[in-house]
Amino acid sequence: VISANLRIIAIVGSLALLVFIVELVRRRRLKEEYSVLWVATALVLLLLAAWSGLLRNLTHLIGAISEASTIYFFSLIFVVFLLLHFSVRVSSLERRVVVLLQELALLGERRAQTAQDERREAERETETSLL
Amino acid sequence: VDLRDQQRLHGDLLIVIPAYNEQGRVGEVIADVQSVLPGVDVLVVDDGSRDATAVEAQNAGAHVIRLPLNSGYGAALQTGYKFGVRAGYGKIGQIDGDGQHQAAYLLPMLQMLEQQDADVIVGSRFLAGSDYRAPLARGIGIKLFAWLASLITHEQVSDPTSGFQLMRRRVASFFCSDVYPTDYPDADILILLHRTGYRVCEIPVQMRPSEGRSMHSFHSSPYYLYKMLLSIFVTLLRRGAKVKAQAEPAP
Repeated sequence: VISANLRIIAIVGSLALLVFIVELVRRRRLKEEYSVLWVATALVLLLLAAWSGLLRNLTHLIGAISEASTIYFFSLIFVVFLLLHFSVRVSSLERRVVVLLQELALLGERRAQTAQDERREAERETETSLL
Repeated sequence: VDLRDQQRLHGDLLIVIPAYNEQGRVGEVIADVQSVLPGVDVLVVDDGSRDATAVEAQNAGAHVIRLPLNSGYGAALQTGYKFGVRAGYGKIGQIDGDGQHQAAYLLPMLQMLEQQDADVIVGSRFLAGSDYRAPLARGIGIKLFAWLASLITHEQVSDPTSGFQLMRRRVASFFCSDVYPTDYPDADILILLHRTGYRVCEIPVQMRPSEGRSMHSFHSSPYYLYKMLLSIFVTLLRRGAKVKAQAEPAP
């Protein structure tokens, strides 16, 4: 059984997390899109902290002995999904960066080519005028 | 740098058409715009389409910017704003590339921008005089956020998702900063405009019936509801957005 002190700490902590997430979005440090998982985390933590029956029933349901291990179990699952989510995002970002890099390199090559053509053209004109 | 001579564009009005896989439709939209406003500068921002959208737009006489990757409706529009602001246009209009908007309404929109001394004119499908009916799930979201935006701004907002707009350069310049979303600008942006001190007016427009294929399927997802509520909430928490926004420099 979780003590009253721990419960208060958990409630305050999850509320602080929620405020911090909203503050990050407000400062545009975190996009709304990426706030979904974090807001969900904060709300679940808040729910578990405020509603003791839920944690007890959940512990019973998964057959755990201690309520602390229920929290650990679900946190671990959540963290795994979060990491997976970011791996997917990073993969997609990496793919986009490569495409942009190639576009930029091709554009640079084309510009250099055009500049070279123009220089040759100018040189040829100078030669003809000298002759 | 003045891009106007370079791009062989002229005039004070630029019409931006964001288009993603609009082959077979975007050409007609351009022709529609040019029949209403002969000789107007039209810019199509091709949001990384996999079909011949860019070729069709070019053949129809539009200036085309191709994004190398699909980046979202808002990102495509913002590309158009950046181009328009840098090229020195005084007014920028936007019309969707799928042919639902009728370019004929650009004329009353231009008139209203001058007469009402407004900064943005939004073509609304839900004002008196329009008979558009949105699909149920979308309709509820639009109604909810229209109500919320009206409540916050004390102005009439009936169609916050409308992509049919006309704005002055200072607004487009404001949109060139990171205040503008890459996905879908909505009620949150209208509230932001209001709080920043810009004057937004609505005008009734009729829509052509959709071909059952909406580019805005996003608007009936639960994420949309979440994003918009959060976005409106943080918009209300922000202060002095106008000062902080890193607007595009005028030419």
